[in-house]
Amino acid sequence: MSTVPPALAAAQFAPPRRWPDISFRWLAFLAACTIVALIVLVGWELYHGAQLAVKKFGFSFLGSSIWDPVADKYGAWPFIYGTLMTSLIALLLAVPLGVGTALFLTEVAPLRLRQPVIMIVEMLAAVPSVIFGLWGIFVLIPWLRDNLFVWLKHGLGFLPLFQGPIYGVSVLAAGIIVAIMILPIITSVSREILRSVPNLQREAAYALGATHWEVIRIAVLSYARRGVFGAAVLGLGRALGETMAVTMVIGNRPEVSSSLFAPGYTLASVIANEFTEATTDVYLAALFELGLVLLAVTILVNVIAQLMLRTLAGGGTGKVN
Amino acid sequence: MQVMTEPSAPPSPNQPYTVNVAMPAAPALPPQAAAEVAFDIKNFSLWYSAHQALHDITIQIPSKRVTAIIGPSGCGKSTFLRALNRMHELSPGVRIAGDLRLYGEDLYSPQIDATLVRRRVGMVFQKSNPFPTMTIAENVLCGLRLNGVRDKQLLRERLEQSLRMSALWDEVKDHLYRPGTSLSGGQQQRLCIARAIAVRPEVLLLDEPCSALDPIATAKVEELIHELKRDYTIVIVTHNMQQAARVSDRTAFFYMGKLIEYAETRTIFMNPANPQTEAYVSGRFG
Amino acid sequence: MSATTTVPWLQAAPPGHAWRMFKSRAMGGIMLASSIAVMAPLFLVLYFLIHEGASSIDWHFFTRLPRPPGEAGGGMANAIVGSLELLGMAAVLGVPVGVFGGIYLAEYGRDRTNSWIRFAADVLNGIPSIVWGMVVYLLLVVPFKTFSAYAGGVALGIMMIPLVMRTTEEMLLLVPQGYREAALALGIARWKIVMVIVVRAAMKGIITGILVALARVAGETAPLLFTALGNSFWNRNLAEPISAVPLQIFAYAISPYDDWHRQAWAGALVLLSMILTLNIFVRIISRDRKFT
Repeated sequence: MSTVPPALAAAQFAPPRRWPDISFRWLAFLAACTIVALIVLVGWELYHGAQLAVKKFGFSFLGSSIWDPVADKYGAWPFIYGTLMTSLIALLLAVPLGVGTALFLTEVAPLRLRQPVIMIVEMLAAVPSVIFGLWGIFVLIPWLRDNLFVWLKHGLGFLPLFQGPIYGVSVLAAGIIVAIMILPIITSVSREILRSVPNLQREAAYALGATHWEVIRIAVLSYARRGVFGAAVLGLGRALGETMAVTMVIGNRPEVSSSLFAPGYTLASVIANEFTEATTDVYLAALFELGLVLLAVTILVNVIAQLMLRTLAGGGTGKVN
Repeated sequence: MQVMTEPSAPPSPNQPYTVNVAMPAAPALPPQAAAEVAFDIKNFSLWYSAHQALHDITIQIPSKRVTAIIGPSGCGKSTFLRALNRMHELSPGVRIAGDLRLYGEDLYSPQIDATLVRRRVGMVFQKSNPFPTMTIAENVLCGLRLNGVRDKQLLRERLEQSLRMSALWDEVKDHLYRPGTSLSGGQQQRLCIARAIAVRPEVLLLDEPCSALDPIATAKVEELIHELKRDYTIVIVTHNMQQAARVSDRTAFFYMGKLIEYAETRTIFMNPANPQTEAYVSGRFG
Repeated sequence: MSATTTVPWLQAAPPGHAWRMFKSRAMGGIMLASSIAVMAPLFLVLYFLIHEGASSIDWHFFTRLPRPPGEAGGGMANAIVGSLELLGMAAVLGVPVGVFGGIYLAEYGRDRTNSWIRFAADVLNGIPSIVWGMVVYLLLVVPFKTFSAYAGGVALGIMMIPLVMRTTEEMLLLVPQGYREAALALGIARWKIVMVIVVRAAMKGIITGILVALARVAGETAPLLFTALGNSFWNRNLAEPISAVPLQIFAYAISPYDDWHRQAWAGALVLLSMILTLNIFVRIISRDRKFT
């Protein structure tokens, strides 16, 4: 009977050395911390880059409509206005369509139809912004200019929104394109929310003799309304930051107009357009300050959306992106 | 075909609450003696896709009585109960065969919409499910509002009547505008019962209503059932045999999707005819 | 015992019932219409890409450099190679940081820290990509006084980090706890368990996560506008500007030249085809993901 010599046995069962474990864990921890570091980095760098403009213009920067590279005077208001208008239009179009589609997928559609529709929506999400912009310039804008805008002006021209000359490139066109781009996220997040509504709620409504739509209204939408609202806010966050497609169809004119047919400018698109042409340091700093405003608003909206989605009526989904 | 629109006497002469003129009412049913048949079921079978869950059930459930359905897990008792108000239509792939009539009308007739059936046959579920975004009052009146009742006076009366009948009125009358979910488990279940009876169905189906409740709440609900059977036909599914013995008039024993025995409750528990029934009630299996 | 009226009692619907049923069906129709409206843009975009761009895709497109306007026959060879180089650099930054970060979240993190990090990652995902361009401009373009491929790669890499981190974490969490416990019981070092056993089990999922993140940043234009800048010629040195397909599409699209427009369509078709193919590929792989 052979036994293993004691020394060898001890070596075989010696406890694993600590330092590879510790250093591995620290490596992983550092990697995870880059996330937080990146957020701090972004804020810091933008703030730094905007210093010249902040010092020169102060808070009036936000309300000023002057954008004059020649005189080196800058104001953020036209871009804030354009960003808000574009995003608002996008939300008004995308939220009903997105929630409607999500309801269709969870409540109405026969099982076999669901996967194909979901797949198509996900593929829509994968289309890059610049390709939407390309399509926007050569397909959407001409059609809008010759058809939809003309009908709108004809039928609703008593509203200041639909008055004024039609160029095609416009705040409304940008809003429509951004709506298309945020549809997938609103649809998929809403769908997750609606799926998490317990079946017991639906059965309670059915048992009272409710029709299918009434069940959806009472038991599903009411229960899920906070989550659906969070999905909408998430879509807003996405809409605020859209750059390429917007800059290709909005007309790039720093003006505030009551007409939806007028060209406009957004925070993201002015940065994209004029950054490499900023001739003076103040000009560049002004663009950085615009970026800072964009960053602040986007982070705020995203934080609100994430908070709403994480605290739902009956618990919620952990991953929301 | 002409639709009756005049108010009619409710089915039973013992109804203590009068039906308001404004409430859309069912046409008059002939006044019935207490031993009338509510559900007349012949050779009823049900399949979940390829699997047969109910085999040739033939049973007559009496009106204004409590009928209990007992049996081990998986015997088909909940399946049978849900067949009585066409809840199976919410699941895909369910097929039925046979005849199922309520007061003479074929429930599964293609001319009858399922929502009409469910208005007449109410259900209370195993786990209480009040709507969390609605207040207590809104929960109770939900069914009435769906049916278009707008008269505030009637709604207020019906709210109080239903909560009184569920023995919940005294506990919540000062908090009617709190959310439905702010109540305890037992109170929530009684709220669900109030919600179900507010629309004055003909039949009340109870699917293990006390299984999630503590003994005190259970006792309250059982007391409620005794009160309710004056006005409603009640079918209750329960896995608790003592409860079946306490509350029901007749009991049906199901096993493996078949109806094994159906008789007066006393007979089932003291003197069952079928050896399988005897084995189950004496605790030898299930 | 049946009712004495002419209408069976059960069918005597309350007033308004017919309207309620109609409303229910109508809303169902509206929901169907919404779905069609949501699906339509994809087909419209694809149709025009193919219609306008397919004819311009030929061997020249993939092998030639851009030609000045007026001269026909240019291509996007440098843009295609440039995109690949940028993606490579982005992966060098994004994959290790993202994967290790995901490993931390899944294997080591405590619940509270973890939920903060996840929250931060989700917020990070929502930062507009042009902001990253500005930050990397300050960090890598200004100090070295030159636009460069490095800067573009870093910008894209930063965008990849939160994406890869979240998907890696998800995939690692799917690995059954039993694997880890069995290995621990054998006395294997913790870090070995993670790297050799758990990561290997989740490898397919982690790789698909990386591919999805790559597909996402492959189409990004904004962060490259003032980092990589774009280049009409071959890039010989990574410390110089480099071309990328989305950049080229953008430049061509906003130009006034028809020939360039055609090439923009062609480039867009190539780019989108690759992205969609990758997405479909990932879907197919994910479908047969199994853990025994």
